[in-house]
Amino acid sequence: MKTMARARTPVLSTEAITKVYRSGPVAVHALAGVSVSLFEAEVVVLLGASGSGKSTLLNILGGLDQPTSGRVMFRDQDLSAVEDAALTEFRRKHVGFVFQFYNLVPSLTARENVALVTEIAGNPMPPEEALDRVGLSGRMDHFPSELSGGEQQRVAIARAIAKRPDILLCDEPTGALDSKTGITVLEALIGVNRDLGTTTALITHNAEIRRIADRVIYMADGRITKVEENSAPIAPSEVSW
Amino acid sequence: MRALDRKVLRDLRGIWAQCLAIAMVLACGVMVMVLSTGTQRSLTETRDAFYERHRFADVFAGATRAPRGLLSEIAAIDGVAQVEARIVFTAMVDLEGMVEPASARVISLPALGGPALNLPLLRTGRLPDPLQPDEVALSEPFAQANGLRPGDRFRAVLNGRLRELVVTGHLLSPEYIYTLGPAAMMPDDRHFGLIWMREPAAAAATDLDGAFNDLTLSLSRGAHEAAVIAAVDRLLAPYGGTGAHGRDRQMSHVFIEGELSQLGAMARVLPPIFLVVSAFLVNMVLGRLIALERRQIGLLKAIGYPTRTIVIHYLKMTIGIGLAGTLIGWGMGWWLGHGMTALYTEYFRFPWLDYRPGAAPMIISGLAAMGAVVLGAMRAVSAAVRLAPAVAMAPPAPPVYRRGWADALGYRLGLRQTTMMIVRSLTRWPGRAAVTLFGVAGSVAVLVASFVTFDIIDLVMEDIFDRTNRQHATLILHQPVKEQAELAALSLPGVLHAEGVYAAPVRVRHGQASKLVSLMAQDPDADLTRLLDPEGHPIPLPDSGVALPESLAAYLGLMPGDQVEVELLAPPRRPWNVTVTRVFRQSMGQDILMRRDTFFALMNETPQINMLHLAVDTSSLPALQTRIKQTPAITGFTLWADVRASMEATMNESLITMTIIFSGLGMLITIGVVYNAARIQLAERAHELASLRVLGFRRAEVGYVLIAEQMLLTLVAVPVGWLLGYWFAILMTQGFSTDIISLPMVISRSTYAQAALTALATAFVSVLMVRRRLDRIDIVTALKQKE
Repeated sequence: MKTMARARTPVLSTEAITKVYRSGPVAVHALAGVSVSLFEAEVVVLLGASGSGKSTLLNILGGLDQPTSGRVMFRDQDLSAVEDAALTEFRRKHVGFVFQFYNLVPSLTARENVALVTEIAGNPMPPEEALDRVGLSGRMDHFPSELSGGEQQRVAIARAIAKRPDILLCDEPTGALDSKTGITVLEALIGVNRDLGTTTALITHNAEIRRIADRVIYMADGRITKVEENSAPIAPSEVSW
Repeated sequence: MRALDRKVLRDLRGIWAQCLAIAMVLACGVMVMVLSTGTQRSLTETRDAFYERHRFADVFAGATRAPRGLLSEIAAIDGVAQVEARIVFTAMVDLEGMVEPASARVISLPALGGPALNLPLLRTGRLPDPLQPDEVALSEPFAQANGLRPGDRFRAVLNGRLRELVVTGHLLSPEYIYTLGPAAMMPDDRHFGLIWMREPAAAAATDLDGAFNDLTLSLSRGAHEAAVIAAVDRLLAPYGGTGAHGRDRQMSHVFIEGELSQLGAMARVLPPIFLVVSAFLVNMVLGRLIALERRQIGLLKAIGYPTRTIVIHYLKMTIGIGLAGTLIGWGMGWWLGHGMTALYTEYFRFPWLDYRPGAAPMIISGLAAMGAVVLGAMRAVSAAVRLAPAVAMAPPAPPVYRRGWADALGYRLGLRQTTMMIVRSLTRWPGRAAVTLFGVAGSVAVLVASFVTFDIIDLVMEDIFDRTNRQHATLILHQPVKEQAELAALSLPGVLHAEGVYAAPVRVRHGQASKLVSLMAQDPDADLTRLLDPEGHPIPLPDSGVALPESLAAYLGLMPGDQVEVELLAPPRRPWNVTVTRVFRQSMGQDILMRRDTFFALMNETPQINMLHLAVDTSSLPALQTRIKQTPAITGFTLWADVRASMEATMNESLITMTIIFSGLGMLITIGVVYNAARIQLAERAHELASLRVLGFRRAEVGYVLIAEQMLLTLVAVPVGWLLGYWFAILMTQGFSTDIISLPMVISRSTYAQAALTALATAFVSVLMVRRRLDRIDIVTALKQKE
């Protein structure tokens, strides 16, 4: 799979996208011409200070938002000019999300939170399998309030991967966790990438985490300032912060 | 303005739609109170003033022919203040250009001046000149309906003699605020009116010189009415007394009382529902707001605001809702009160009738509204302010979900996760679900009670016109005649079949309870008018004994097999004990029925009749009407098609208006409840629902979570509402039934269905209004907020 990644087939790419938020007379340029590609099966870390535009980029990549100008391509499909319904279908079929604050449905158990997605996906894995992959087979019937933060985040990962997405987008997945728990969450993500070949993009402001990625994209002031290839990514267990 | 007060205004602005929805529900309660008690008060005050100024009598009695010399004895009865003897009789009226005959009640005025009691109010013209026997005054509605002005002439058959009379003026009388002709069911100003004539002329027309046949009395303060009635009955008995009675049997008075008691029933039954629902809604919405502002409350306490100030702060918000509801309710009540009063002036002929609710209904409804919302708020507020500042400032513990029976059921049914979310939300917040359920059930109940009037009226109309009275016309005879008159009637133009009846006033008594009613002695084979069993099937007249209408039997506490005392109030004025052999269904009036042969055998007389029911070839109707106008033996003519048409017209006008109003009220409850519940749900679950959108759920799929929960509750509320509505309808038929009309209790399946569909549709639209907000939620922003 890794060899394929090196063959540089872009799954998702942007061409000179900008995003301007207007709040009354003030215009905030969140993205100022970003061109980036995510390739098959790679792990990319987006690194930058808060306000650098990385979340905006991730949201646009995941079809949660649309750019003010520029193009977003998912394989051959142009996502920058489609209706809301088409974006929904894109997210439904191809994208898995993991957020800082888990965003689990509190009234559903771990298994049910995963089933929420498998019920609407085309070729999902059973919820039990997804939970097993993140090491939660013993906590399947617990409600989110009965799980620790790390466990909740792993449920979120299981939910994101259960539909076998093409792309997994993670916005500060370890941001609300201590380092030990954060590492177990990263291990779950890397495990999925390795086993399923899911293209994974991960936002963080924690520079240490860049060491697990195939590529690191640095962002500041709505622009990409540097792209770094990492020929020897390390295992999450070797990272510490 | 203080900072906290500014916060009240901003908070209210933030949830203005929810507050307005509650205020509207509250306004309905206030409106019904202002409308019903205000109209009741206006009607009562106008009536009392009219009675007082125009000396409406307290006791009324009839006789065949009593000598004027008796009056001094009557005046001497202990408790009698004033006595007025009159001559009253019925006359046929032949009006220019009107084919059908009209009839009138002729009432004598003293030879000189005006009467001491029941003073007619002169509206135009003058009273008849005592020296001009052809001069008469007419009741204003009758004169207006027929275009008879002072100076106009018309013809009438007075005691068998055709006379030309001259109109001198128009009058209104406290005795005939509501005017019903003989055998009529609705006022018909065109075909029935009142004629006032000077006594010498009336006496001459009826051969009652030096005598009277009608007596009215006023009582002195503290007089014992029953004793006076008994004394009058004793004195009049030898002269064909037909039973004295108080105002409680005076036709016009009874109708007004009936209307007043219906307004009272409306004021008692409806407002509590609206007030209770409003209280729950305030509790729900404020509870949610306070939960959101938990930290702010902690902060306010931490910086030194006393608990009392915080309580008052939230109560101010509530009072804002209460104030809006009260003002809207007052406005709507005032407006509808005017409309309703205007409607009354079509049936009740007062010299004036203005909607003057007075301050009381306003104050009482305002206090009730405020009480309801403050009560609803107190529960929500007291829980919040009890927390210590440190606890309040910390985020609340997340809701704890547990698996229960509902989950097991959910798995077994293979419910989707979005449906499980709904099930868990319902079981986690049963109180909130109960408010929605109770509110929508109340709404369905109000709708059932409002639509059921059509079922009831349909059944009453069917009973009266299709099942019981199948005759085309009824003739009232000037005096009782032999049964052979049935045959004579067949010679009238177009008459196909005739059935005679002997109608007489009687007093029925059982134990302490007694009532004045009409006895109808008819042929056992009568086919034009029939008896109905309580289920509405025609039944034959019992061979012996007497048949009683259900309402009268219930009033007297009688069952078939019991003995009832029937006192004939016409000559020979005797009481008999008769066995009750049947209890039957009668919607209009209270008549007791017997076989004519049985009745006259009791009296030991040859059977007679004084009324004729006719089946007529309708193409010959004009000829029949012309003949009747020329037949002195007939003093009354009722065409049942006319009665039905005028009754239907009246029903349609007032019923449709009332049904629209009450359906609107019912729907407002659903809007208030469902809109608020959905808004709260959206506010609390925005984050969760946005997550679903991120996961790739389509708008409709996310909308389902919001809509289905409310619709499920509405669906469950429907049968509860049906039950409540059934109970309401019983209360309503009881509250609206009077001696004159007994409303049957009947609810058709279509009424249940219409109520359910109306509530479901209203709930759906209400939740769709909230769904639009769901569509506008920015998922990216929603996700950034940590719950």
